[in-house]
Amino acid sequence: MATTSAPSTAAAATGAPEPVLAVQDLRVWYGTERGPVRAVDGVTFEVRPGETLGLVGESGCGKSTLGRGVLGLTPAGTALDGVVDFKGTNLVGLSPKHLQKLRGPELGLIFQEPMTRLNPLMKISEHFEEALRTHEKGLSRQQRRERALDALRGMGIPPSRYHAYPHEFSGGMRQRIMIALALVLRPAFVVADEPTTALDVLVEAQIIKILADLRKNFDTALVLITHNLGIVAEACDRVAVMYAGHIVEQGDAREVFANPQHPYTRELLRSTISLSTTGLHYIPGSPPDLVRPPTGCRFHPRCPVAMRGCAEHEPPEVVLGSGVRTACWHQALEADPSLGEELGQGGRDALAAVKEISVADEA
Amino acid sequence: MPTKPDTESAARPDPSPGAGSGQRNDVLMEVEDLQVHFGMRGGALARISGRGGGAVKAVDGVNLTLRRGEVLGLVGESGSGKTTLGRTLLGLNRATGGSIRYGGQDLTELSERRLRPLRRRLQMVFQDPHASLNPSMDIRTAVGHPLRIHRLVADDEEYEAKVAHALERVGLTPAERYLSKFPSDLSGGQKQRAVLARAIIAEPELLVADEPISMLDMSVRAKILQLMLDLKRDLDLTYVYVTHDLASAKFFCDTIAIMYLGRIVEQGPAEQVFNEPRHPYTKALLAAIPEPDPNRSVPRNLPRGEVPDAAKPPLGCSFHPRCAAALPHCGWERRDLRALLERRWLDLAPDEYARERALIGNLDALAEPGPTRVLVTPGRGHSAADVLAYFRRLREEASETEPREPFWGGVTTMSEDGGQVVVEFVEARDPRLLPVVDSVSVACHLYAAPGA
Repeated sequence: MATTSAPSTAAAATGAPEPVLAVQDLRVWYGTERGPVRAVDGVTFEVRPGETLGLVGESGCGKSTLGRGVLGLTPAGTALDGVVDFKGTNLVGLSPKHLQKLRGPELGLIFQEPMTRLNPLMKISEHFEEALRTHEKGLSRQQRRERALDALRGMGIPPSRYHAYPHEFSGGMRQRIMIALALVLRPAFVVADEPTTALDVLVEAQIIKILADLRKNFDTALVLITHNLGIVAEACDRVAVMYAGHIVEQGDAREVFANPQHPYTRELLRSTISLSTTGLHYIPGSPPDLVRPPTGCRFHPRCPVAMRGCAEHEPPEVVLGSGVRTACWHQALEADPSLGEELGQGGRDALAAVKEISVADEA
Repeated sequence: MPTKPDTESAARPDPSPGAGSGQRNDVLMEVEDLQVHFGMRGGALARISGRGGGAVKAVDGVNLTLRRGEVLGLVGESGSGKTTLGRTLLGLNRATGGSIRYGGQDLTELSERRLRPLRRRLQMVFQDPHASLNPSMDIRTAVGHPLRIHRLVADDEEYEAKVAHALERVGLTPAERYLSKFPSDLSGGQKQRAVLARAIIAEPELLVADEPISMLDMSVRAKILQLMLDLKRDLDLTYVYVTHDLASAKFFCDTIAIMYLGRIVEQGPAEQVFNEPRHPYTKALLAAIPEPDPNRSVPRNLPRGEVPDAAKPPLGCSFHPRCAAALPHCGWERRDLRALLERRWLDLAPDEYARERALIGNLDALAEPGPTRVLVTPGRGHSAADVLAYFRRLREEASETEPREPFWGGVTTMSEDGGQVVVEFVEARDPRLLPVVDSVSVACHLYAAPGA
């Protein structure tokens, strides 16, 4: 991503703790017959202890790939490039064996489908025993039990159910057990990939509350991947909006939702059907094919305020006064009008070519 | 379930709340006391009677009036019976009781052969567009299938024309581009459009749409909803919209029925139900939706627990174990005692928990549904007096804390008997769906007629 005047990590305000995880210019490409799919293409962000970062965007924007890529959980044949600095160690290029050691005690993952991630033949107690025995060899039997019960209690699972099997629990309880299982090893960094998608409305709200409380009670840094903007507003400190492999806007969640800067963020918020919806709005077209992404700004074919220059020149990332970082020519030009030259003659004219996007291009 | 019905309202409620002004001829379908019970294990007799081996009461006494041209929303969490009810309206599930009046006939009494011709007018759109199209059928064959089944076309030319017309109706233009494609060539939104084309091609008057947008990417949801609104306007359709998503239901529906464990708990015009929810369950559902508005946040006092097992529904009002406003006669029973203890133990230190847990000998026996009187066996080394004192202490403590624990209101007496503790509960009463204000009906004792 072309960066101009953007003071890179100026957000590190005085007194703020060091980030647990700092991702710099991460690229995750999948090999296909048609060429590489640039699922994550130059992404930079960081997460501090006790902070929750929400990762949002449509399907196919690279959210899940980013979450997996950070943990090194990408399938074979994936190219990973960039820096994932976890407490001073670069996870990119680390040996699988070394990575495996970090997963669990240092890096955690909470999956989408709680039904399929617990072994139906193992009691809940055995799941915890196994995790603790593998990663915390020094603990006595009694200590392991106490640690497990403690983690379960924090998630609202009564200790009297410790020796039950997974099928004896409801979906919401299983998801809470999964979260407890990820947290019992006290990892410094956790990725939660759509943790509430398969759950009922009221249970989803309970899980969101638990995730929102995490940042108060633990020092865990959490990346929460979701397509539900409401969950981000509820449970996250900061938000990163992804589009076509790029982060197009990131910053304080309240600020981004109150004053969305990037046109994609604005359109995404407008097209969400919420209780206050009085008219239907949608973004025409669908996210692009990441084998051959559009030139210039990747959102320009769907953008209601695209300019001629947007189709040719990639927008620089700018840091706004509010601390929000965004990659859009409109904000860039406002911050530094001299950039207009880069767009060339007539580059600021409205892109009339936001042509009729038909159903043929729909997601 | 040995639950005494609400005596003061034993008379069946008006099946069509607020029907006062409506003329009879604008009613498309009338559902009366509909029951769909699924037999579980047990003998054939038990299955037929819906008793004995146990039955899941997926739909348990539902009354609905569906008016021409309206969008009726069936809203609830998983296990509420909304999907079963929607399917039963089309005869895709067999009703075990009650009636569905449609076009002068009772759908529940018709044989499959007699139902078939009616299905031309009654169509369904399923949740998963990927699963509802045959992967080896091209769009031409799939969308036109109803025409062949109901023998609505004379020749191939007419068939082609009708399929092309239906595709264009749903926005798949130009139709030639899609006719020879297979479902795997289409995106999720396009598939759902093709499914809608298939549903409207035989010119139905009622469409039951079961979560038509929940499997779609959020950028497409609004488009499909808009398409459904356009189709309804152009083709004079009536919709039954089955969903767990209250936000889309609020926008999309004219009338709403909120379902919980097989029953309708609140019913009325969408605007009134959403602006002034009355049933504690409806209130909780609405409060629990996370909104992208940074100034609004989900309250902390959400209903505890989850939707109970439909095979063993709670006594009385199914929602009472999760309800903060529950009354003494809402149906308290032994399972609630267990839940209360387990909730208390969550906050205790491990040694304190171990001490209290040891007092109760038969905790697992408290997990089964049972009558309003329960025997609690003391744990080894403890006497009934210890347990009784423990319960009394809990009740004492509960009376001093806020928010009020509704469970203790449902306990009439606690006593010692033959080495066990007997806890007796107030007899449960089933809330009936009763009109509260002109067109809104609620099934909740909080809204029972005054003087009850």
